[in-house]
Amino acid sequence: SAMGVAGPNSDLVNFSEYISKNFALYQLSNDGIQLSTAAQANFCRNELAAALRKGPYQVNILLGGYDKKTSSGSLYWMDYLAALTKLKYGAQGYASNFCLSIMDRDYKEGLTQDEAVQIVEKCIQELKVRFLLNQSNFLIKVIDKDGVRVVKFGADPADN
Amino acid sequence: MARRYDSSTTTFSPEGRLHQVEYAIEAINNAGTCVGILAKDGIVMASEKRVTSGLLAPAKTSEKTYKLSQHSACNVAGLTADANILIDQARLRAGRYEYQYCEPIPIEQLVEHVCNYKQAYTQYGGLRPFGVAFLFAGYDEHYGFQLYQSDPSGNYSGWKATVIGANNQAGKSLLKNEYGSQEEDTEEGKDGGEEMKTGDADKKLILPDVQEALRLAVKVLNKTMDATATSPDKMELFSMTLDTNGNCKHTILSSDETKEVMDSVDAETAAAGDM
Repeated sequence: SAMGVAGPNSDLVNFSEYISKNFALYQLSNDGIQLSTAAQANFCRNELAAALRKGPYQVNILLGGYDKKTSSGSLYWMDYLAALTKLKYGAQGYASNFCLSIMDRDYKEGLTQDEAVQIVEKCIQELKVRFLLNQSNFLIKVIDKDGVRVVKFGADPADN
Repeated sequence: MARRYDSSTTTFSPEGRLHQVEYAIEAINNAGTCVGILAKDGIVMASEKRVTSGLLAPAKTSEKTYKLSQHSACNVAGLTADANILIDQARLRAGRYEYQYCEPIPIEQLVEHVCNYKQAYTQYGGLRPFGVAFLFAGYDEHYGFQLYQSDPSGNYSGWKATVIGANNQAGKSLLKNEYGSQEEDTEEGKDGGEEMKTGDADKKLILPDVQEALRLAVKVLNKTMDATATSPDKMELFSMTLDTNGNCKHTILSSDETKEVMDSVDAETAAAGDM
């Protein structure tokens, strides 16, 4: 599984490293058992919730994973207030204003990987046209039974 | 000579032993027997109830079998008061795991947690160890149904079938001979391919189903208890199976149901005797 995290770099790095190392520790301590995507998401949310009334992590997260047991992928959306929901498609940040409409329209059940990537590319294109900030560099990652891999690079290969 | 090194849990003896821990393990050999058997569709745990009296108020809770979570339960042999503390620990751990991950705790993790707690009392604090041995039965999606045994030292191991408490050696030897063999003929060996004979790839252990396991458990208890004294109120039979939704079902058999199993065991041994 993989996590997309948005927020100030301090919390972003601290939180995501803390979470990923906890998952690694779980595997080591428990004979190689891996946490399911749902369990990972709930763990994450629990950490956010515990810190919320003390010193919140200002991170918004999209957690996607593939579970061999159910042979299916799942996507979880989490925000800095420790809300959690399972979604078919999602977005965090300003992108959501533009991208959700596109995904609302184009998403359907049983998309192939290529079709899904195309929709993501459509979203990126939309941002390039309509979004205030000029962000030329995007990274698309796919998570499936073979793990996590990068599909596309952004505009400037030197940045990747 | 060992006397000098007996009293403290935090001291090794010159032979490298922890006497207090060993004495705690001895204490359990006087406790009511518990037998646990792994079946292909569930787990069976049977125990000898020592505390029976007509004057006892009918209790909702058993002195032997305890539910730890939706998908795990345990049988106790030893000091019930000590066991209560550990059972609380186990229930807390299972609950906290589910709070954190919204998933049931994998059984081995639960067992390990209880055992680590027990181990602390063999190393720190100068307090005596817990005089309890457990049989843990549980189900998780990683390894299916599992049976674990733990003792006061904090050691645990997974079993297909095992006995703790009084006369456990007699029970274990019966299981050695009879676990895994089935009544119907199978292509492979009639003896059921029971032992872990090394290099014997053909002899795969055939797990019994829950009904057979219940009968086998009763047989074991018949052997470990006084044969004359066996009656449905002295035995507690527990089974754990999956229902159609994939949730665990914990069942403590009623007196009548227990009697049925005991009767069918008696009939079986009688028939075997005739041949």
